[in-house]
Amino acid sequence: MKVAYWPGCVSRGFTPELHGSMAAVAPLLGIELVPLDRASCCGAGVIAEHNPELADTLNARTFALAQQVEGASLMMNICSTCQGAQSECQERLDGDDDYRARVNATLARSDPGLSYEAGLTNKNLLWLLVEEIGLEELKRRVVRPLTNLRVGPFYGCYIVRPHDRLAIDDEHPRDRYLQWVIEALGGTVIDYAGTYKCCGFPIVTMNKKASLKQAGTHLADAMDAEADCLVVPCPLCHLNLDLQQPLAARVVDRPLSMPVLHLPQLLGLALGLEPKQLSLSKHVVKPTAVIDWAGAVVGAPA
Amino acid sequence: MAEYTLRLRRYDPNRHEPPYWQRFAVQLDPHRSVLEAILTARGEQDGSIGIRCSCRAAICGSCGVRVNGRAALACNTHLDRAAATGLHPDGRTITVEPMGNMPVIKDLIVDMDAVHWKKIRRVTPWLLNKQPVPEREYLVEHAAMVDVTQTMACIQCGACVSDCLSLEVDPEFVGPAASAKAYRFVGDPRDAEQDERLRDLAEDEHGIYDCTHCFACIDACPKGVAPMSQIMRLRRMAGVEHQIVDRNNGERHEEAFTTLVHDYGLLHEAELLPRSYGGNSWFGKFHPAAALELVESLPAIAKAVAHGKVKPRQALLGHRLPRRDLAAVQTIFDVVEGRAREEMTR
Repeated sequence: MKVAYWPGCVSRGFTPELHGSMAAVAPLLGIELVPLDRASCCGAGVIAEHNPELADTLNARTFALAQQVEGASLMMNICSTCQGAQSECQERLDGDDDYRARVNATLARSDPGLSYEAGLTNKNLLWLLVEEIGLEELKRRVVRPLTNLRVGPFYGCYIVRPHDRLAIDDEHPRDRYLQWVIEALGGTVIDYAGTYKCCGFPIVTMNKKASLKQAGTHLADAMDAEADCLVVPCPLCHLNLDLQQPLAARVVDRPLSMPVLHLPQLLGLALGLEPKQLSLSKHVVKPTAVIDWAGAVVGAPA
Repeated sequence: MAEYTLRLRRYDPNRHEPPYWQRFAVQLDPHRSVLEAILTARGEQDGSIGIRCSCRAAICGSCGVRVNGRAALACNTHLDRAAATGLHPDGRTITVEPMGNMPVIKDLIVDMDAVHWKKIRRVTPWLLNKQPVPEREYLVEHAAMVDVTQTMACIQCGACVSDCLSLEVDPEFVGPAASAKAYRFVGDPRDAEQDERLRDLAEDEHGIYDCTHCFACIDACPKGVAPMSQIMRLRRMAGVEHQIVDRNNGERHEEAFTTLVHDYGLLHEAELLPRSYGGNSWFGKFHPAAALELVESLPAIAKAVAHGKVKPRQALLGHRLPRRDLAAVQTIFDVVEGRAREEMTR
């Protein structure tokens, strides 16, 4: 399956292991990635807060570039925040023909010949796994089931709310997909309080204490539930949960040691890649339990 | 008729015992409400169940509870829907708890005064008239009043306060309901204290910049008030229109983010943090506030560099779009921002 691939900014900045592991996992899933190297930042909701039309136009440009990728059935992202911010812009663009024409008129000035046509399909990797590849096919591709690996799902706000904009309904219970994927990979889903909560990242510069208290609380809850690791489809959540974990531990006043994996890293482990190929050692909280688990499974007699 | 199991969280402060769960079997038609099921259980099985309710028509806002973990009006939630979305595998068990972020008085009744109403009062929830007050009514443009109607739909049920993820860790946060109420007056052209109101909410250490943009209040609200969207409008008005440079770094963060995307096309994370603290230029990082923040973050940065997560060169230089695409992005900024400036001065 060929997709117009939007990696986002953070996966190429402070979480390069996410970008790398996606590239490593894609061929194992039969996904051909055509990176949208010319597209700009989605604005992460901050540009929309500053000026909604600016965010809409920047994303319309990204959508238009995605529509130019020949043979691509859809646009795929690997960031909950990109998904949410882009869905918000797309809702405004697709819902109003006059407004879209005005935005396209701006695009005609910035990139002559470029225009966004309503109705692009833009899916996070998580949605693509369940809705395009399918869980049965995913199971078929697993070569190293995550047996006995206890994984806590952490979605990130932008990919679960608001449910009507994200088309989360009985037919597409997208707020259950992470649990389904963990199970399909053979892992054990850990039920803990933080699954649908906020990592706190958006206010880290405005109220650091409250921000880190959010991250610390969820990490502590996952530890109490005896998870081996968390899995996140959002690199911004990863920054607060992993990079900031030592500081979060200070705020919640208890030692924390909870590895946090990006979704493609968890997939990669089950699809047979080695921890090193997935850059697991690049995390601030070294996922020792996960690496040991991978070693034990590989080393075990067949 | 169908049989449902209500799993109610009970708590009676007079019994000096911790809260506990109690199950009630009720038979009702699937289209009836969760409130009717609770009232049936109270009427037929246990008269001591505490629930506050009045209109039974989603107008009075009294019966806010958590159904299967999410805030809702009990009278506005159908039994079949609640049973289907319940986490119990039998498909007919409905879990009902008191709302969150507020102290429980008894069973499903929370202390709205202690949290919700206190926060509403904090935002001066009445019109501060422009002077002179006209002899007859104010004449206001239709569109200006349409703009505030979304917030006027609020019925003060507290559902958004219950599910606010920021309030969970920061009880002093002004919160979604009060912020939406604040916008109702900030956006009202008859109000004289727009700037004061915005300054107050932006400078408050637990004001509008404490919202984490988690959308929980948007999903919780039974009336489509979208409190988070109102908070974003307040931020836009405070930062862009009133140019309030608040002490919480809210305006600086937004300015820095937008400028960096203009300059690089992509987000330059290593520049964003120091600029949010120290001011929106390359020199921002040398501001004492930024330096202080940098020192505190040093262990995390050092670890990230040591693990090869962040490469110093990349952190300093950032990543940038190809020249032609950056020029296109900057044209978009010029056109859209230019238009916005024109509209503001009009």
